[in-house]
Amino acid sequence: MSKKVHVQTTINGEAVDFLCEPRNSLLEVLRDDLDHTGAKEGCNNGNCGACNVIMDGRLVNSCCVLGVEADGCEITTIEGIGSAANLHPLQQKFLEHAALQCGICTPGFIVSAKALLDENPNPTEDEVRYWLAGNLCRCTGYDKIVRAVLDARNGA
Amino acid sequence: MHAFDYATPESVADAVVMLSDHGKNACVLAGGTDLIVQLRENRRRTDLVVDVKKIAELNALSYDAATGLTIGAAVPCYRIYGDAEIAAAYPGLMDAARLVGGTGIQGRASLGGNLCNASPAGDTIPPMIVLSGEAEIAGPNGTRKVAVEDFCTAPGRTVLEDGEFLVSLHFPAPLANSGAFYRRFIPRNEMDIAVVGVGASVVLSGDRSSFVSARIAVGAVAPTPLFVREAGEALAGQPVSDETIRRAADLARDAARPISDMRGTAEYRKHLTSVLTRRVVEGAVQRAKE
Amino acid sequence: MSQNGHKVIGTRPIRHDGVDKVTGRAIYGADIQLTGLLHGTVKRSPHPHARIKNIDTSRAEAHPGVRAVVTAHDLPQIADKLADLGEAIVNLRDASNNVLAYGKVLYKGHAVAGVAAINLHVAQEAVELIDVEYEVLPHVTGVLEAMEDGAPILHEDMKTTSMGEETDKVSNIANHFQHKMGEPDDGFAEADVVIEREFTTQTVHQGYIETHNATALWNEEGQLTIWTSTQGAFSVRDQMAEILQMPVSKVKIVPLEIGGGFGGKISVYLDPVAALLSKKTGHPVKMTMTRDEVFEGTGPTPGSYLKVKMGATSDGRLTAATAYMAYEAGAYPGSPVGAGAGCIFTPYDIPNVQIDGYDVCVNKPKTNAYRAPGATNAAYATETVVDEISEKLGVDPLEFRVKNGAKEGTRRADGPVHPRIGCIETTEAALNSEHYRSSLAKSANGKVRGRGVASGYWFNFNGGRSAISVSINPDGTINMLEGSTDIGGSRASIAMQLAETIGLEATDIKPYVVDTDSIGYTDVTGGSRTTFGTGYAAHATGQALIREMKERASKLWDVPADAIDFEDGVFSYRDDAEKRGSFKEMASQAGDAGGPVVAQVSTNPDGSGGGAFATHVVDVEVDRETGKVDILRYTAVQDAGTAIHPSYVEGQMQGGVVQGIGWGLNEEYIYNDDGSMTNASFLDYRMPTTLDLPMIETIIVEVPNESHPYGVRGVGEVPIVPPPAALANAIYDATGVRLRDLPMSPPRVQKALAENGG
Repeated sequence: MSKKVHVQTTINGEAVDFLCEPRNSLLEVLRDDLDHTGAKEGCNNGNCGACNVIMDGRLVNSCCVLGVEADGCEITTIEGIGSAANLHPLQQKFLEHAALQCGICTPGFIVSAKALLDENPNPTEDEVRYWLAGNLCRCTGYDKIVRAVLDARNGA
Repeated sequence: MHAFDYATPESVADAVVMLSDHGKNACVLAGGTDLIVQLRENRRRTDLVVDVKKIAELNALSYDAATGLTIGAAVPCYRIYGDAEIAAAYPGLMDAARLVGGTGIQGRASLGGNLCNASPAGDTIPPMIVLSGEAEIAGPNGTRKVAVEDFCTAPGRTVLEDGEFLVSLHFPAPLANSGAFYRRFIPRNEMDIAVVGVGASVVLSGDRSSFVSARIAVGAVAPTPLFVREAGEALAGQPVSDETIRRAADLARDAARPISDMRGTAEYRKHLTSVLTRRVVEGAVQRAKE
Repeated sequence: MSQNGHKVIGTRPIRHDGVDKVTGRAIYGADIQLTGLLHGTVKRSPHPHARIKNIDTSRAEAHPGVRAVVTAHDLPQIADKLADLGEAIVNLRDASNNVLAYGKVLYKGHAVAGVAAINLHVAQEAVELIDVEYEVLPHVTGVLEAMEDGAPILHEDMKTTSMGEETDKVSNIANHFQHKMGEPDDGFAEADVVIEREFTTQTVHQGYIETHNATALWNEEGQLTIWTSTQGAFSVRDQMAEILQMPVSKVKIVPLEIGGGFGGKISVYLDPVAALLSKKTGHPVKMTMTRDEVFEGTGPTPGSYLKVKMGATSDGRLTAATAYMAYEAGAYPGSPVGAGAGCIFTPYDIPNVQIDGYDVCVNKPKTNAYRAPGATNAAYATETVVDEISEKLGVDPLEFRVKNGAKEGTRRADGPVHPRIGCIETTEAALNSEHYRSSLAKSANGKVRGRGVASGYWFNFNGGRSAISVSINPDGTINMLEGSTDIGGSRASIAMQLAETIGLEATDIKPYVVDTDSIGYTDVTGGSRTTFGTGYAAHATGQALIREMKERASKLWDVPADAIDFEDGVFSYRDDAEKRGSFKEMASQAGDAGGPVVAQVSTNPDGSGGGAFATHVVDVEVDRETGKVDILRYTAVQDAGTAIHPSYVEGQMQGGVVQGIGWGLNEEYIYNDDGSMTNASFLDYRMPTTLDLPMIETIIVEVPNESHPYGVRGVGEVPIVPPPAALANAIYDATGVRLRDLPMSPPRVQKALAENGG
């Protein structure tokens, strides 16, 4: 083990301090140390998107970010996107469209889709499919997911 | 993943000192999308990770119609294609920047990292070669410049010596009547490693009926991304026609010396090299005419 | 009100567990945190076949932060014993040896030791310090090679069982069976067209996004608790009791949310190892697999070789069919070849049939169930041969299927006679679909286009044990405890059946999936049984509640219980219109007349309801130069019996289709000469992404299942069956070349087109 590093960051709008080894990924820190288990580990090499979070406004795979790199950054996780009392339109549309089955990929999809809509409020179906190609879902065949995101667009 | 230390130098000089002190036992972190996975999977081992993202030069991104484009080695893909002026001037580069991994990867991965990772299949390397990219390297003996086509020396290996690291990439301004294009072949439509990737840049005559010059580079068919000089030279001075383009495609195919692996047999890769080169040159011509 | 007079069934309420899942709050297996938690990992074999000469754990045990190391020597030795794990019969000695290899490793990735440490990184460091001495043996990974005399033998003590009797022959063929009906030779003699073709398919994985996990606590009293994601908590309990040789009363399984299973999360892998590590350390131990461990160390579905021969008369009647089916079992016997044999010709009414099945051990992971296990391999063969026969006869392939379709009374080659089924109705719906009636331009963008169809069958497990326990709250809402893992919305589909029965809204039911100490034995969520079987129990529970509420009303109103009616959600006394009340109104008072209202019901229906049929239509575009196949349009038609929650029925169909597309076009375990899988990652295993697909259109046919009170048929599995064959037929339509080897990946398609001038 190497010496732990003190990291100061902002998660879902709240200042958060933590200690971690340099080898701990942001995903590990979120899940194991900060109780943010909404981000999931599906592949641990950037190929499934289940761990996606928004870091300083950009969508990233948190398995491919070191926890120490979060120092000074603002992180948004699925837990910060909406709550039962105040669902994000994407979350509401995922429910209405039955866009989840097992639900393990759902947080990653919603985080990714939010990053898309933040940047492009009115994406086409092709744009949605391109943007979400880094998020794997094995249950739904994507049909209902793509419909939910399209339905959550501005003016949809 | 084995333990390592982590450092964030804020100047090129500081980074050079850290890297020189640790020699082969240090490695450079930019976007981390290759490095972190390689460390995790024990394909690489290191004592020190030097995060270069706090160094100003590594984050520079500038374009000037006269002098060209400079991309700091740590600038992530999204910033490059997110700049409308740069995207319009270098569409061939954007072809590749938009297909490195998924959107989440593009939020971190850099062209510099893709080059330093030196995968034979690195998607951004063929277009950087055909756009006559030049790599600026800092090290204990100051800085030096290396053409992108000479940067990779073997799978995972580059011209970088101990203590050296990539600072930036420079591309000349696009010429009139020029166009560049990159395409790869993968079995899926995204999220895959190129079975073959081909980049081409062409400069057409004023009436756009013939090639003034051309550069063609192919990925995933040799130990390093391959600059096929003779394929481009075969187009120079020739009319824009199916026949001349096919000849260039044949030359690219002949230059390819692929291996057979789980992504495709050598025979299939040679065949694809020819098909893709033809399509990519046609795409570059189309862009030059636009 | 929905169709058929139902109020709840057929509507699309928001699932009960939905908000937790879209907000990231739902707790999946790997999300659990416990005080004093240690982290474990597994040491795996680098060889596909080797004798373990020695395992030295001393360096690992001395590594700072390591708390315990276990090997097969920590497991009790188990004699041969067969056990039914819900979707498959398993030999428990094999199951134990698969958890931690004893004596030999039989595939690369076979677990040989487990480590617990203060964190995962330390455990992974320790794994490198375990020294295993191997005597490497020759290996065999292909099914036909493994059947040859002189092939490397996996189990020196395994004698082939042939036609139900054990022979003296030691070979990798665990079992050869035969189903025969009529006289195939006579049938072929009657035929005007006979087609015989050979097919191969490769090993594929279920590909659930959540990797396997297990967290174990073996407390001081010897009570073992496992928190895990599983398709069947009781199946895990039974496996743990058998593998660890302990009473089931000492084992409690707490099922957490599960991130996909598709048949692959029934067998235990990590659970016994975590339990042993917890026993040694006195701490809870959490183990999760990495993605490459999931590919190499859990059960995929088999590669196979099939030879199918079918004959038909010139007026379009199938007269005979034979099949030779050899399936890879993986390291231990037990491939789904039996299931495949039960499905291979089942969409058809064929008088003369012979099917020979072979279960063959190879040096690959022990195979496991994957969505309609065995049937997709089988349909790839049959459905492309049927396409060829239709073409030879000059008839529409769907009309040919309608004409020869199985119906009530048709006998399956493996014995059973169909009850009322929806085979022909499904095919007719495909025939009449807008998609099939639309025209398709044969070329565009320099590429060629084609359309293909295929049908498929899956038995469905119309039975199994399910338990439900309910209590009525004073506000009339109901807490419903069940033992069925909810993988894709079954809390909703089961709650809806209870709500329908007692006249409540779906949202009035609060469904909970609970641990094995809190509910009666419930079989696995598998075999497309849950909405059928646990829904059957929910209906029975509703009936029990109605009886009990009548008793309460009888006391409250002081009238005879048998004079109280329940209709449209309202209890009423026949002789006094004033004495009436809705379920909720009565529930608010019922507690005063005999304490809280509760009910517990368990059911085990007879399983005679008939299976599920599907027919699919696909349009593809083929790039002749690269061999790449793109899907332009896809329509899946399926008999759901009665669709309880149509959105989730559609979702099952769409998800199954896309898994089938992946299997058809790109997915495969690619092995090198060393017997190692070379593509054990999501990057290289190539499951379909959003960008590889169009929307998947669905047509739900409803031919009610006569053995279920609401007519439910399982819907989960059959949609994976037709896609590879439908794609092959579409590629043929586009190119004129037939592909008989899966996957139909770009290199294969390009090579076939180049060789056949297609």
